[in-house]
Amino acid sequence: MTSQQVKYTKMSTGAWLLLLLIIIFAAAAVYRFMNGLGAATNLSDEIPWGLWIGIDVLVGVALAAGGFAITAAVHIFNLKKYKLIARAAVLTAFIGYLFVSIGLVIDLGKPLTMWHPLIMWNHHSIMFEVVWCVVIYTAVLALEFAAPFFEGIGAGNTAAVLSSRKIVVPLAIAAVILSFLHQSSLGALFLLMPAKLNHLWWTTMLPYNFFISAVAAGLAMVSCEYIAASAVFKHKCDLDILRGLAKGTAVALLVYFVVRMGDVAVKGNLSLMFAQGAAGKLFMVEMFVLVLLPMIILFKNCASAENAVSLIFPQVLVLLGVIMNRLDILFLVQYQDGISYRPSFIEWLITAGIIACIIFFYRAASMNLPVSSSSTPEM
Amino acid sequence: MQKGVLIDITRCIGCRGCQVACKEWNERSARKTSFKGDFTNPAKLSSDCYTHIRFVETEKKGQPVWTFVKDQCLHCKNAACLSACPVAALTKSAQGAVMYSFDKCIGCRYCMVACPFDIPKYEWESTHPWMQKCSFCVERIEDNMEPACIKICPTETMYFDDYDKVVAEAEKRVAKQPDKYVSHIYGQNEAGGTNWIYISDIPFNKLGFNTAVPDYALPDFTWNVLSSIPGKVIGIAAFLSVVAYLRTRGVREEDNS
Repeated sequence: MTSQQVKYTKMSTGAWLLLLLIIIFAAAAVYRFMNGLGAATNLSDEIPWGLWIGIDVLVGVALAAGGFAITAAVHIFNLKKYKLIARAAVLTAFIGYLFVSIGLVIDLGKPLTMWHPLIMWNHHSIMFEVVWCVVIYTAVLALEFAAPFFEGIGAGNTAAVLSSRKIVVPLAIAAVILSFLHQSSLGALFLLMPAKLNHLWWTTMLPYNFFISAVAAGLAMVSCEYIAASAVFKHKCDLDILRGLAKGTAVALLVYFVVRMGDVAVKGNLSLMFAQGAAGKLFMVEMFVLVLLPMIILFKNCASAENAVSLIFPQVLVLLGVIMNRLDILFLVQYQDGISYRPSFIEWLITAGIIACIIFFYRAASMNLPVSSSSTPEM
Repeated sequence: MQKGVLIDITRCIGCRGCQVACKEWNERSARKTSFKGDFTNPAKLSSDCYTHIRFVETEKKGQPVWTFVKDQCLHCKNAACLSACPVAALTKSAQGAVMYSFDKCIGCRYCMVACPFDIPKYEWESTHPWMQKCSFCVERIEDNMEPACIKICPTETMYFDDYDKVVAEAEKRVAKQPDKYVSHIYGQNEAGGTNWIYISDIPFNKLGFNTAVPDYALPDFTWNVLSSIPGKVIGIAAFLSVVAYLRTRGVREEDNS
């Protein structure tokens, strides 16, 4: 069971590279805090939300959705085979959310006031709800990850208590509720802007579109991660798990495609696809190349895939689809004629640094803690 | 009593006195500007510029005409920015002003993205940035004075009074001269209604107004989502509890590991 948990002490070249990116990230963050958003970013009155909100927050949260989906499959629906990847999915989500929060704080105009939403309430604000859900869900993820952590440091008894069903089932239910709320609410953020966002995206179904696409992206992310981790740590992929994930992703994509296209059609907005401008084309790429195409490949391959490689391509398309969807919305909602925005060098460094941090800490944790094993090790 | 302002675009002569008065009263510093091809100056609203006159060139009865449009916060009755703010830094005063509290603001800038009229501006260069916008000169109207821009206007372009009287006045003017005015009071219904409203002799879409803003209060959309949360939480929790119970019946702790 624990054969994969060799304790690595040596840093690979890749790890040194990540560390370098992280050090540059820290320096860039200091520069941003010392000099303000104007000096560090290319944000403006016309484009108040840029790369950081797009990638670090909107995309980051969507890609971390695998955490709740897998724990729900294992602990609520009792699909035992996914137990093998449950801890990895929880770890991804935990580290992901920590760095989503860090990204958000870097983006805040007044980072030192980040605690304000905890005592200054506005229950009419979607943003307020998102903040609360993310805070509580990060705590839930910390509790979920506490079991492998205590196991890893040799506190097996504590770990056993934390892995008991009385603990994990309520946590898994809380994870689903909190994730449903904030994943969908990230979409609901844009409900205030029917006059700014193209109606191929803007719909009162936006919260549901966000949630369903996050489920697809979360499962795709878990698949890609599992394949990558198997390659890096040189253990064999369990094809059964990958096929199951492929099927799950495909079903989520099917629901997403039907719900979104159906909604656009029912509201009579299909013709917007062929309207002048970029929006229609962006929508078609999103829906046909990055939703429909991977869905067909995944349905075709999910029963018969003989190796992991045949599932990488469609799953990566799914990831690209969700990234594109979130960035399209951010771009379109702020679009004005004659206004352009290119992220500054510092903005790129921060975003690259956050991604590097996630990979670095994921790697460190999975090397030193029992993450890829599913059960309490022999004591 | 809620106050309102009617801006009669046909009366403005483009003197920009309001811009100067606004800067003086609110102690906003000047920024160097440059010629950009039209006479709008400053070209955009900014954290130092709460209001400006846009010089719009259009056509009327085949003749080129110059129209002067005053931009500032419209002070929505049910404001998107106000509902967006996670820390309630934006509030609506008894007089109708949408007010901002720097002490609460965390700088998420959702108000800027949410505003259908793109009014909130940010102090990008500061390390303690404020969101800045027209305050309706709330401290003046509390003392029974009109806002600074209205006080200085030489042509009575703006009519400041109780909100109901302002709307009645707008309707009266449009009804009295239907040949002159377009039959649309901008802000009467847009975004659920705004305390500042406009009447014009040129269609509003030709003057750069966002006519795609729907006629209902935008926070209703998000409130529909937020108010349904308790029900959804209970529903999902109950459903998943039942599923977890049914799916793991008879499974012992050691089987589960």
